[in-house]
Amino acid sequence: MGKSLFDGENLTCVRGGRNVFIGLHFHLSESSALILEGPNGSGKSSLIRILSGLLRPRFGSLTWQGQDATKEPEIFQEHIHYIGHRNAIKPVLTVQENLTYWSGLDRDDTDLDKALDQFNMLPLKNTSANLLSSGQSRRLALSRLLASKRKLWLLDEPSVGLDVASIKLLEQAIAEHRSTGGSVIFATHSPIEVDAPERLNLRDYSPLYNSALINLDDEEESWI
Amino acid sequence: MNAFLSIVSKDLRLALRQRSDLTMAVLFFILTAMLFPFGLGPEPNLLARIAPGIIWVTALLSVLLSLERIFLADYEDGSLEQLVLSRASLEIAILAKVLAHWLTTGLPLVLAAPLIALLFNMDTEAMTILLFAMLLGTPSLSLIGAIAATLTLGARRGGVLIPLLVLPLYIPTLIFGVGAIDAAMNSLEAGAVIANARPHLLLLGAILLVSLLITPLAGAAALKQALE
Repeated sequence: MGKSLFDGENLTCVRGGRNVFIGLHFHLSESSALILEGPNGSGKSSLIRILSGLLRPRFGSLTWQGQDATKEPEIFQEHIHYIGHRNAIKPVLTVQENLTYWSGLDRDDTDLDKALDQFNMLPLKNTSANLLSSGQSRRLALSRLLASKRKLWLLDEPSVGLDVASIKLLEQAIAEHRSTGGSVIFATHSPIEVDAPERLNLRDYSPLYNSALINLDDEEESWI
Repeated sequence: MNAFLSIVSKDLRLALRQRSDLTMAVLFFILTAMLFPFGLGPEPNLLARIAPGIIWVTALLSVLLSLERIFLADYEDGSLEQLVLSRASLEIAILAKVLAHWLTTGLPLVLAAPLIALLFNMDTEAMTILLFAMLLGTPSLSLIGAIAATLTLGARRGGVLIPLLVLPLYIPTLIFGVGAIDAAMNSLEAGAVIANARPHLLLLGAILLVSLLITPLAGAAALKQALE
């Protein structure tokens, strides 16, 4: 067990007036992998957005490397890569131009060819991104993970559109990232093999699926 | 500073490859301004007198047409989320996007303005002041417009809201922009042109400085709100 990296206490997320999850705890240490599980609508994507700092939790606290970061997501945001459902690719730019832009924002002089090669995108380097298939677009989005070095990867359904060989490439990338002290949190419905994963099932915290939480929900409303 | 240049060059490259975006505003500007002589009749004195107002109002409307695209595409494809998470400061990033917008919309309008001025029989001294006024005024239009563009990001059909938010805020720029040229045209001696237009130009500069300060702060707050 490595040093503690990211902790969440008693997190509650409210979307559109409905509690998505209540009282969620998680713990992530360095070099570890946390897999988010749970049925559709149990709040996996919402949790990932909270962990990326894009969404604020209604209640609860977040601690980044021992520092309270609930009010200031800026503390951890620059240490995080977030790959969401959307690939953030500009169709009129080439594969390389897309990646150069993202690494330029981070002022990181990483080897972009190596990042592209990891996801087998090097042969498509000078292809215009609007010609990419959905799997290839996903691989380009994933190569952003390697275009600048960050401690924590947050992946929301990273394997959507990927073939078996590409999932293997992703697993390799995750293993390499963890071997250098990085951590990863991902939500997935298709199997992604990683060493010694920890698991968090959001079904337990979702009022939609856990009937024990429904009363709590009502009680809170009667308070208001 | 690297991130700033990175954003500007990406946005310029996008604009150059999708040329319809680049030419739409300036074509709208020229075509609309050219309609007025047909509607008002070919009386040279009348045209020269109303030219400053027509040039500014049409320039303002052309900028308005292009405001939505500053952030909308980035918002829809997820780039904006990545921008917030990047190590670049969001305030700087917004300034970079506004600069790119001005270079692809405001600057072409400034360059096209003398052509319209010629069509409206404006004299050369007034034309020089027109150029200065537009160089000072159009960046403010991009800056103020960017705030509205960020505020309407999450809203359905947000593009319809932009004119409602922006047009009242454009009025000071319009007043002093037209005022500068009017002052130049009404000065009797050649030497007094600059002296007469000066207060208006200074006020345009003041508007520019204030919006330079407010836009990054307001824009960054609105962007974070839009991404929730």
